[in-house]
Amino acid sequence: MSSQTARSNLMALPAIAWLGLFMIVPCLIVFAYAFLTRGLYGGVEYTLTAENFLRVIDPLYAQIFLTSVRIAGLATLFAILIAYPAAYAICLAPKRLQPILLFFAVLPFWSNYLIRTYAWIVLLNREGLINNALRWFGYDGEPLSLLYSEGAVIVGLVYNYLPFVILAIYSSLSRLNGELIEASRDLGASRVRTFWRVTLPLTMPGVAAGGVFIFVLSIGNFVTPALLGGGRFQMIGNLVYDQFLTANDWPFGAALGMVLIAVMIALLLLQARASARFSGETAEARHG
Amino acid sequence: MNERMSKPVLSVDMVVKHFGKTIAVNGISLDIRENEFFALLGPSGCGKTTLLRMIAGFEAPDSGVIRLDERDITRDAPEKRPLNLMFQSYALFPHMTVWQNLAYGLEMEGLPRGEIATRVDDMLTTTDLTALAGRKPAELSGGQKQRVALARALIKRPKVLLLDEPLGALDKKLREKMQLELKRLQSEVGITFIIVTHDQEEALVMADRIAVLRDGNILQCGTPQEIYEQPANRFVAGFIGMMNFIDGEIGTDALFRAGGQALACDLHGLKRNAPAVLAVRPENIRLVSDGTGIAGTVVDVAYHGLDRQLYVKTALSPAPLQVRVAAAGPEEAAARTGASVSLGLNAAACRLFQE
Amino acid sequence: MADALLIKLTGRTILVLVFGFLYLPIAVLVLLSFNESGLPTSWSGFSLRWYVSLAGNSDILHAAWNTLVVAVVATLIATVLGTMLAIGMETRKRRSTPLEALAFSPMVIPDIVLAVALLTLFSRLNVTMGLHTIIISHVIFDLAFVCSVVRARLKNFDFSIVEASRDLGASSFTTFWRVTFPVLLPAIVAGALLAFTLSVDEFIIAFFTAGAGRASITLPMQIYSMIRFGVTPEINALATLVMGVSATVLLISQWLNKEQMTR
Repeated sequence: MSSQTARSNLMALPAIAWLGLFMIVPCLIVFAYAFLTRGLYGGVEYTLTAENFLRVIDPLYAQIFLTSVRIAGLATLFAILIAYPAAYAICLAPKRLQPILLFFAVLPFWSNYLIRTYAWIVLLNREGLINNALRWFGYDGEPLSLLYSEGAVIVGLVYNYLPFVILAIYSSLSRLNGELIEASRDLGASRVRTFWRVTLPLTMPGVAAGGVFIFVLSIGNFVTPALLGGGRFQMIGNLVYDQFLTANDWPFGAALGMVLIAVMIALLLLQARASARFSGETAEARHG
Repeated sequence: MNERMSKPVLSVDMVVKHFGKTIAVNGISLDIRENEFFALLGPSGCGKTTLLRMIAGFEAPDSGVIRLDERDITRDAPEKRPLNLMFQSYALFPHMTVWQNLAYGLEMEGLPRGEIATRVDDMLTTTDLTALAGRKPAELSGGQKQRVALARALIKRPKVLLLDEPLGALDKKLREKMQLELKRLQSEVGITFIIVTHDQEEALVMADRIAVLRDGNILQCGTPQEIYEQPANRFVAGFIGMMNFIDGEIGTDALFRAGGQALACDLHGLKRNAPAVLAVRPENIRLVSDGTGIAGTVVDVAYHGLDRQLYVKTALSPAPLQVRVAAAGPEEAAARTGASVSLGLNAAACRLFQE
Repeated sequence: MADALLIKLTGRTILVLVFGFLYLPIAVLVLLSFNESGLPTSWSGFSLRWYVSLAGNSDILHAAWNTLVVAVVATLIATVLGTMLAIGMETRKRRSTPLEALAFSPMVIPDIVLAVALLTLFSRLNVTMGLHTIIISHVIFDLAFVCSVVRARLKNFDFSIVEASRDLGASSFTTFWRVTFPVLLPAIVAGALLAFTLSVDEFIIAFFTAGAGRASITLPMQIYSMIRFGVTPEINALATLVMGVSATVLLISQWLNKEQMTR
């Protein structure tokens, strides 16, 4: 090992230690818990079992799992359908405006998640703004119950994570060499064909990155289903929360958490491989 | 050889450097004399930059010794070596002004403030940068950055100044101007310069001596004239300037034969009765009018202002020979595509090589 | 060209719609916070009464103070660790995949999983939980974000200036403080500001690692319980203030990073 590598490792060491101690070790403990038995009065008993994972596929919980996948999938789909045109529109704007537009597109993402979710309660409420607006336009039926539904949860997720998906797609769109588009047009392809045959395939890594991001964050989400889905509506995140804080079944909660981690790792690996295949720019030389 | 009796200021002795399995510098030895303008010339990947970085102290040789004024500096840290490097990217500190960039190296020597100020101001005057003293690097043009980088290295009054492709980032016009500028500055300050370049013209114009490198070895070391007129091998011959190569063989009668022609050249110890390559520069081929020369047809003409380059197809070689003729004058008539010409080679200026 | 005009118009329309979608809900909250009645049903006049009542709410002030303590301390620790990590990663000769994964995972791990994992760790070790455990937990993702911002800067950092400094006679210690650090400083501050806003806004991990009782309640925890159990109009005012602070901090952070890049 060269002295430079030794110095670099030394610099990274405190952070590695912190992450190891407070992220890796706790995750390993949770992983171990997932194979233990629930104690009588909370806590755990050291009896090895695979029962916690079997319970995950119990119809009752499998149902929640499938709901979570469906909701996360729909949120991902809608977010991409909105974010792609949005990112494209930002790319069409004058060059000096683009960073500003992008900054303001991403700004809400860094502000308080709870508050942004709460804003939708105000909008979707039975006495909320949308119902008010409808009445103002002459609608006089029962107020619509928009809140506390799967739809509300999906809207909340799309709203909260859209900025990041725009950012991911924009960064791959803006890296696209404009001459490629011109070359395609020059070779006789229409705008539409150029988009399908050149632009879209080349920006798939951005779409994949944004899509995986919103899917992973949605499927393990706790706040949005809790606030916009109403008390009884559950996704995996809420189930994990319940096992730890109300049902006191930590081993089962641990198993559910591990399932979330497994889904996350699988998707990230898939995305890394897909974007490597699409862009072929993995073996880029580093400085020097 | 143009022998100078001054002692070597820097000597590199059997220096070897590997990067993983690839060998970057393969046992190079060099003596660089006081006040010399020395060029390390070669294509990219030949090891010239690695050699320079080992002299500066940024890479450690696997084996071999580097001496400065007869003192072994091989293991010294870069900041302990009384020589300075001008970086290819200039490496100006972006958060400091021109003045602060120049003062930095003197501050590191712990000089008193007053002396630093005097020396910085003097150097700014010498390099004509006084008006830019308060600017930051981002506010400078490429040529100005280059001058600041040079000034920053020179102000330390190093024993040896190392320059890594100092003109590489400049456009052609500015490059030619700065070549002369650098040469003038070098003789003015009396510091030994070692320059790394891949541009043979740059090396020929500026250097007192040139070492041509390839694959981590020195192929030839000598004055520009020696390298141009007596290249040591086929690679050097082809790398420096324009060159025609003619494949043929040396007969038992010591004549070089190719395409039905025989030529008497200096064999300088080459094997007889064996294949050989003849190298001749375009300016050493003449058009002859008495019909005794080698017959050929002009296939292409390139106009260069002062002269023309003719491409003449002959029986000597599959590729057309390059011939340089004056743009105006009696040879003008031949300078058109399709013309039949007769060529004469200046045998004294031809070189023979055997692989 | 009619074609080009059409594309331009479509682009503008999309931008208006998307920005409308992103900012309208926020704008409604801000507007409501100044509504005398506090109700979304009707506008009954401009008033600052909800801000005044906020200032008199000791629960909220207590939570705000806790949040500030957590965010400041966590940001300080995370900035040092994250910057060092970034330098360590970018000066390596070869990329280390495990290290890349380690530095990346705090940004993607589901927060509920990290939250229960930390709860498990602290309760196993019988650590009394409070602000200190929230700080320890926040440093995890804070340092990952600081690291990614500083690394982005290091990617177009000309490492030859470090060598130039050594060449001009500076030791590696002097070089760090006189050259590397000043050049990186704007990125470090930008990363720190980002970490600060993330810490101020984080809810679930704080909720799980705060321990029992109200002693170490933070602002997001307070907001969550206000949303869940009885929405009072005060929350609109609180939301407006919190978002205003985040937006300001982020604007400064962005501006610093831009300054740097254009240099």
